[in-house]
Amino acid sequence: MFEDFLTNKQNWLNGKGPYSEIVFSSRIRLARNIAQYPFPSRATLHQKEAILKELGEAYAKVRGLKKSVFVRMEDVEELDRQFLLERHLISQEHTQSPKGKGLIVSSDESTALMINEEDHLRMQVITSGFDLNSSWQALSAIDNELSKLMSFAFLPEIGYLTVCPTNVGTSLRVSCMLHLPALVLTRRINKILEFLTRISFTTRGLFGEGTQALGDFFQISNQVSLGHSESELLADLTSVVNQVREQEIDARSVLLKKHKLNLEDNVWRALGILQNSRLIGSKEALSHLSMLSLGLDLGIITHVLRETINGLFVLIQPAHLQKQEGRTLKEGERDYIRAEILRKNLTA
Amino acid sequence: MVCDICHKNSATVHLTEIVSGKVAEMHICQTCAKSKATELKEQLSISDFLGGLVNIDDVEKEIETSLKCPLCGLTYNDFRKKGRLGCAQCYTTFRQQLMPLLKKIHGSTQHIGKSPVPANAKTPLETELKELRVRLERAVQLEEYEDAARLRDSIKTLEIKIKG
Repeated sequence: MFEDFLTNKQNWLNGKGPYSEIVFSSRIRLARNIAQYPFPSRATLHQKEAILKELGEAYAKVRGLKKSVFVRMEDVEELDRQFLLERHLISQEHTQSPKGKGLIVSSDESTALMINEEDHLRMQVITSGFDLNSSWQALSAIDNELSKLMSFAFLPEIGYLTVCPTNVGTSLRVSCMLHLPALVLTRRINKILEFLTRISFTTRGLFGEGTQALGDFFQISNQVSLGHSESELLADLTSVVNQVREQEIDARSVLLKKHKLNLEDNVWRALGILQNSRLIGSKEALSHLSMLSLGLDLGIITHVLRETINGLFVLIQPAHLQKQEGRTLKEGERDYIRAEILRKNLTA
Repeated sequence: MVCDICHKNSATVHLTEIVSGKVAEMHICQTCAKSKATELKEQLSISDFLGGLVNIDDVEKEIETSLKCPLCGLTYNDFRKKGRLGCAQCYTTFRQQLMPLLKKIHGSTQHIGKSPVPANAKTPLETELKELRVRLERAVQLEEYEDAARLRDSIKTLEIKIKG
């Protein structure tokens, strides 16, 4: 299942889009609940099935979801669920206890609707680069069409009702995945993270909630969802991301000015390891890929494509290795296959 | 100044009493002040005595813990443990407890932004404007001035959008 995704060149991993050298991807999320059903955690399996049926019929009528498929999570194998998680199309929670859960995903992977996750509907649009507005337009249009087909839990006073009170109101979560290797190298990152928390923004790692900042990736998102309109929330995050981006650009120029030779050495060594190793763990590979990506941005290396590097960040994840090999891999075997895939992609 | 009580000695003590929201100022002498103080003490001990019998906080807590959503059966206690609500009705059932929480989390209790599009919607912009005006009025009544200012800005932008 989802084999086409492996060779997809149009998705959020293609390294295109504005400012993509630092802003890897942009994501917009909305949460919705259908008024007449209890929220998923209090709903019976029968009720969840009814919700799946309702959405399975509704999505076909929505223009923005024309090229999408609807699947029941229990029909998706465990490996494929992990694969979808690594592609940022579903959450960790959605990979577990699949009964009564569903997914609607577009063929270009830009749009994904999780059914019966924490809320009845968790809808996202994800794009490559720094492009929040067009993602918002797309997601809002889907939301509008769906809201004509079913009645969403909503109170004029406090907005859309969600399972967790932290999502009430717009239920909007706007986030950008930023690659900040120079801020990490110059040790400026902690101050920035502290500052972001103080002004009510959340930072997470590459794979969302509770994950470490692997490969120097930081996901910045809004914390507050009530009392500010969607356009305000979009504008606020845009301005914060721009500021962090400028800080990263500044740190990069400091590195180039003061530590050019060290930087070049690090980048070429990273490439050397990735092109030659026979066994490599995911953490080590991510950190070298991060260095390679920085080297590409700064013109230290020129013969590797951005698309290739961005793709590799995900292709070397466990489920992706197994999908590419077409079989289950033991843990030791994975390091071998990972090294092989890296060599194949980075040696022209 | 002569004492307000005995009208004989000169007033050296100035007392402000607030009874049922009404402020009364008294200017009294030392002797009368002493007897007034004993009177106040007695009043205090009566309220202490009553307070010991019925602790108002406890009553509120008891009401809170016995609160239960009629639709999904979630109790307020369940919510306090997990921080998750069970259905849309919970927001109405636990409204009193949730509003201060929302204020704490979001710094606001007033939704600004999109609302579901009704199936027969014709002019969503005008509906939105109408809603915003209602909410502005509410915000002003509740003295939520930050929200009100934001609402006013949104109304202005929307008015321009509709006209232009």
